[in-house]
Amino acid sequence: MIDGWELVIGIEIHAQVKSNSKLFSSSSTDFGSGPNSQVSLVDAAMPGMLPVINKFCVEQAVRSGIGLNAKINNKSIFDRKNYFYQDLPQGYQISQFKDPIVGNGFIDIVLDDQTKRIGIERLHLEQDAGKSLHDQDPNLTFVDLNRSGIALMEIVSNPDMSSADEAVEYVKKVRSILRYLDTCDGNMEQGSLRADVNVSVNKPGDELGTRCEIKNLNSFKYIHSAIIYEAKRQIKLIESGESINQETRLYNIDTGETRSMRSKEDAHDYRYFPDPDLLPLEIEDKWIEKIKSTIPELPDQKKNRFIKDYNLNEYDAGVIVSDKATSDYYEKVVKNRSPKLVTTWVTSELFSILNKKNLTIDESPVSHDKLGELIDNIESGKVSNRLAKDIFEEMCETGKSPSDIISEKGLSQISDEGELEKLVNDVLSANPENVEKYKNGKDKLFSFFVGEAMKLSKGKANPKILNELLKSKLNT
Amino acid sequence: MKAGLNLIEASELLANNETSSVELTKIYLDNINKGEELNCYNTISSEEALKAAESSDKRRKEKKSKSRFDGIPIGIKDLFCTKNIKTTASSKILSSFVPTYESTASQNCINAGLISLGKLNCDEFAMGSTNKTSYFGSVINPWKSKNSDANLVPGGSSGGSAAAVAADLCIASLGTDTGGSIRQPASFTGTVGLKPTYGRVSRWGIVAFASSLDQAGPITKTVEDSAALFEIISGHDSKDSTSSIKQKENFYDNLNSSVKGIKVGIPKEFKSDDLPVSTQKAWDDCKKLLQENGAELIDISLPHTMDALPTYYIIAPAEASSNLARYDGVKYGIRENAKNLIEMYEETRSIGFGDEVKRRILIGTYVLSSGYYDAYYIKAQKVRSLIKSDYNEAFKRVDAILTPSTPSTAFEIENEPKDPVQTYLNDIFTVPVNLAGIPAISVPFANDENNLPIGLQLITNSFEEQKLLNIAKNVQDTINYAPNLDKWWIK
Repeated sequence: MIDGWELVIGIEIHAQVKSNSKLFSSSSTDFGSGPNSQVSLVDAAMPGMLPVINKFCVEQAVRSGIGLNAKINNKSIFDRKNYFYQDLPQGYQISQFKDPIVGNGFIDIVLDDQTKRIGIERLHLEQDAGKSLHDQDPNLTFVDLNRSGIALMEIVSNPDMSSADEAVEYVKKVRSILRYLDTCDGNMEQGSLRADVNVSVNKPGDELGTRCEIKNLNSFKYIHSAIIYEAKRQIKLIESGESINQETRLYNIDTGETRSMRSKEDAHDYRYFPDPDLLPLEIEDKWIEKIKSTIPELPDQKKNRFIKDYNLNEYDAGVIVSDKATSDYYEKVVKNRSPKLVTTWVTSELFSILNKKNLTIDESPVSHDKLGELIDNIESGKVSNRLAKDIFEEMCETGKSPSDIISEKGLSQISDEGELEKLVNDVLSANPENVEKYKNGKDKLFSFFVGEAMKLSKGKANPKILNELLKSKLNT
Repeated sequence: MKAGLNLIEASELLANNETSSVELTKIYLDNINKGEELNCYNTISSEEALKAAESSDKRRKEKKSKSRFDGIPIGIKDLFCTKNIKTTASSKILSSFVPTYESTASQNCINAGLISLGKLNCDEFAMGSTNKTSYFGSVINPWKSKNSDANLVPGGSSGGSAAAVAADLCIASLGTDTGGSIRQPASFTGTVGLKPTYGRVSRWGIVAFASSLDQAGPITKTVEDSAALFEIISGHDSKDSTSSIKQKENFYDNLNSSVKGIKVGIPKEFKSDDLPVSTQKAWDDCKKLLQENGAELIDISLPHTMDALPTYYIIAPAEASSNLARYDGVKYGIRENAKNLIEMYEETRSIGFGDEVKRRILIGTYVLSSGYYDAYYIKAQKVRSLIKSDYNEAFKRVDAILTPSTPSTAFEIENEPKDPVQTYLNDIFTVPVNLAGIPAISVPFANDENNLPIGLQLITNSFEEQKLLNIAKNVQDTINYAPNLDKWWIK
């Protein structure tokens, strides 16, 4: 709700299929190669060239459909979407219009501990277009066809979201599922996953408002702010007595505003018709079942397992499983160790350093076994939690193992009772007045003695043993 | 050496060392030269052909011939992409296009050792029944009416392919047939034209006109040649998703001309008072002949025959409008300079395409437009399936169907009707076969009162080309049609 208005949001996600070759040709799909270096005769739409479906891309779409709890259609049809553009060599895009490969499905998102189910209308396969380069020459436009023909999955949601937060959560969840399935790398900066967002506003109880579509959003931040901007724009228009034009809009990442790209009246007539070069795509149940049997544990299942097995709370579990690599890291560290300690270390210390350095978990300066080793040292009482933080920082800087740092700097915790007793005796004999006060009932002074002893040990005293020794000395 | 060799005769001469590939190739290049007036070839590849002929002779000497037809010169319709040889589709827009690849069908010919003499003229993008829509001008039919010197159309769109075989400017040729483009010109030139089952010959590398109807096939002097060349070009191709997975068959070796017990259907819907008397007579004579040879004639009905032409003229232009979108001046072909992208498209396509192509792009764009799609395209698809089921029903009762190939014999180039729909009527007997996806062959049967060839069409069910060729051979062998063509262009 914004100022008493309800938002209705539907999203189309374009996810690039993770595949070594294109949807209808054997060209490579590597990102960042030289312009027009990955273009086959088919991709360049040379006369007489014919598309041949890449079975692996179909498998990836089926896999994604299963991950989105969706119906896999046994028969789907490729259509031609006809329009002229310089980076569309065929003069049409091969897509699926009436009969997509994947039908109705759903995913669950969690926001403020509330679970909400978002319906998925369909997922279909289509070709990506090439890229127009307008900045290479003052007068000419260059065309790079490397992307031409790469397989995309268009995932269309129902208009089930009612806030920018839900919209972002939805895209995050879809992205997470696709990454778990390894069907899309989800790299939004490179454009492997982008979203078109449909927004409308209405007063509670009223009919749905007219929607506008904001095209090509490639970050969670842009999705969020584009929705907020667009909703506010629509509310302002309606409140000042104007009406909303159904149109396609573009989001300006510099100003945070959306502007009109084309109105409904100017919309293309794409003249869809079944591509006569391709037979209907027929998928047998047997193959679907076979693919189903290879589906890995998905975020929701994993989250439930983590809550059960590692006693994680809903929030921490959600954060850890949202990224497959993170959950893998966590599971490697938590093996045979205290889940509580591991969770704290992963979600606070590790995440904060990754955030600070803007790194992914795969780029973490601390590997899972080194973090495990550090946690072992804490669990065995060799180092205190406080010391461990210093060691962790050093590990991040130098990449050294915790045991190396501990032995190099003599940071090992003092757990030897004799040594500690001497320490306690020194502290007590140096502060006779406070000992007297404590004995007369000033209990709060206990932490003073602990602090003094720690200072004297340069922080290395085993706090547990130290406490016990102090207690027994002071209470006799 | 006897003029007008066919494929089988040439292969025997080569096998007996009575000629060489180089000699044959030179003779035919010379024929092409002398027949320049007929305008059969868009591109003559003399150098490449002679080089290939030398290699063929060398192979033969070393007993390493690729097939018994190794070294025989043929012509290829200018719709098949040929590596390093200009491929224009007889259009201005591709007038300088040189592919870097070889179509599967023409590659199959190369693999059998056949020599390409060059690229044969055709209607622009295979759209036409007269060969008049070619950017490079009309092909002239080598046949002339008995009492007139007027130039006649060779039919189309494979007009160059048919005329070249008839005039001995090649021994056999490749054509394509979308609505009759092999059978109609074969009928107009006294040659044998086979339109195989959809999916038998790969469409890979053939400039597309209407993808669901296009099919390549041979134009030859005899049914035996037809079987042989069809055998060479057919077979599964993983690069064409609509290619049939059926194994290549030995159509030539398995030829058997007996028609004993064969049931031949005569569809009542093809009967018409408008049919020329001589065509009607040829049809009747052929029925009688088949009956005498042991076949049984059965009257059948193909109720949706008259719906075929309007259906075809929705589906074919619809697919063409999309298939031809790639000729936009961006990647290859001609490009007109203009102020912006849209104007560049408009200028390039206005100048690059001829009127008939533009007409069909407009029709196709119209029938696919929202608001018209259901009324035209969807309805046409429904009628198409009715036409298919007409034939399915018929083939439950008969082995083959006999009809005339065309409603008339060749007509004067200058006399083409002004109304394009009148021209479209040329294809009325051939179009249903493409819509049904089944095979058909046109065999020359007789000449009419003006001494112009009349072709008859035999049709069988899908993948029954062997049966089709067998019946055609029976007809051929019984009538022993001798073209007796006067080579008026050789002065």
